[in-house]
Amino acid sequence: MEEIIKVENLTHTYSEGTPFERSAVKDMSLSVYRGELLGLIGHTGSGKSTLIQHLNGLLKPTSGRVLLEGRDIWEDPKKIRDVRFRVGLVFQYPEYQLFEETAYKDIAFGPGNMGLKGDELDSRIREAARFAGLDEALLAKSPFALSGGQKRRVAIAGVIAMEPEVLVLDEPSAGLDPRGREELLEHIGAYHRERGNTVVLVSHSMEEIARYADRIVVLSKGGVLMSGTPREVFSRGSELVRAGLDVPQVTRIAMELQKRGVAVDPAVYTVEELRRALLDLRKGGAR
Amino acid sequence: MLKDITLGQYFPGSTLAHRLDPRTKLLAVLFYIVAVFSCHSVWGYGAAILTLVVSAWVSKVGVKPLFRGLKPVMFIIIFTAVLNLFYTPGEVVWTWWVLKLTREGIRTAVAMVARITLLITGTFLLTYTTSPIQLTDGLESLLNPLKKIRVPVHELAMMMSIALRFIPTLIEETDKIMSAQKARGADFESGGLIRRAKALIPLLVPLFVSAFRRADELATAMECRCYHGGDGRTKLHVLRFAARDYLVLAFYLALAAAIIVLD
Repeated sequence: MEEIIKVENLTHTYSEGTPFERSAVKDMSLSVYRGELLGLIGHTGSGKSTLIQHLNGLLKPTSGRVLLEGRDIWEDPKKIRDVRFRVGLVFQYPEYQLFEETAYKDIAFGPGNMGLKGDELDSRIREAARFAGLDEALLAKSPFALSGGQKRRVAIAGVIAMEPEVLVLDEPSAGLDPRGREELLEHIGAYHRERGNTVVLVSHSMEEIARYADRIVVLSKGGVLMSGTPREVFSRGSELVRAGLDVPQVTRIAMELQKRGVAVDPAVYTVEELRRALLDLRKGGAR
Repeated sequence: MLKDITLGQYFPGSTLAHRLDPRTKLLAVLFYIVAVFSCHSVWGYGAAILTLVVSAWVSKVGVKPLFRGLKPVMFIIIFTAVLNLFYTPGEVVWTWWVLKLTREGIRTAVAMVARITLLITGTFLLTYTTSPIQLTDGLESLLNPLKKIRVPVHELAMMMSIALRFIPTLIEETDKIMSAQKARGADFESGGLIRRAKALIPLLVPLFVSAFRRADELATAMECRCYHGGDGRTKLHVLRFAARDYLVLAFYLALAAAIIVLD
């Protein structure tokens, strides 16, 4: 697998040299591979938000490097804007960044800054709206007249329209109702499958990550606690729990069952898997 | 970064100066200003300077932060000093081209610089040792008599507290929106004046929207808790003068009186 982003020994210290000095990220190294959907999990204060703001150069490392396709993004500080077009970052609660008269114009802000015009711009906006699951009819409306979920889709479309090679989403489903969450994540999953682009999904919901991510990186206290496929990560469920993190509810049930002597693999992380495992067990027991 | 801007300059601490009643400190600063403006002789200024040094020492505020407050007014200080140096009539000691340096000019210039410096460092000492909330509390209590002539003292104090409370929030918000727009390629740093002003629209619109939203939420929350203005409202921290407050007040009052009478 080819690395598209490589973070090397990244450290970031806020308010350096004041009494409020605090390192949010300490000597962190990790890789993002081309075309994967990487899930990033961590507690509040684990350094997630600080890390992702380094990926597109919004924050400058105190020490360490961030490489995009093998080149340090700070090699030429004047070109940092290009990095931001290549690594699209959707912040938490992105609906608060909307400002234009219509949703259409707001989505056009990013690609417009890239210098796109005319048909190319128009087709990108419509495509991005489709990927974000935004109805065409809503494009002509004022973003302030939309519902919370719709606003969020406008904001996400605004980043997708830049066609970034890597799309980073910070808690995209936070504060939405269960159906809104599901729909939004389905759309992101579909975008990932159709485009084959790299997506980094930050979340603290284990269920979400377990369901959509190809690979998981768990952050804790400003460093990488573990990384691997969902199965690898959730097989170390007790470690996760010790680090103060959740495991998916299904995994928790499996862990509990194992503790009580039921021979079930505790690394299962979807309801379907657990169902199959239990059915197999019953069949085996009947025999 | 924007976040690094601290509001006011409050240095948390537990020195005598921190523990004083905010009203005491407000009044003391008031007396001190009166004293500084009544100084005429070296003795007067000496007493004022000594008082400041002792007060700063008691409140454990370093020399550096104390003088940092002078930076923004440096221009005014130099400007008044230069004007006074050359444009005060009197005994000429030195001339160069159209500039005449007079003995009286030097005297006034030095006095002016000392006055402004003492004034500003004195008030800074107040804000260094008093949190903004304590300050508004103290102000409200001191201005209370004005209620008799229908000055909305409580409302003004409440507005001040709310404004102070929300400045850090809004700064944080500005930071966030700026980052979000930068992530979409917004450029706040380059271009001419007009381009820069235009670049602020994507920042200001969401900022205003969120400020109004917050104001609305706050108003609702206050009403839900039955806030209906200052009448009959009690306080969690009731301001009470202690012996040390009377001592400090007496000292500053004496200082002002002594300088007015003797100097």
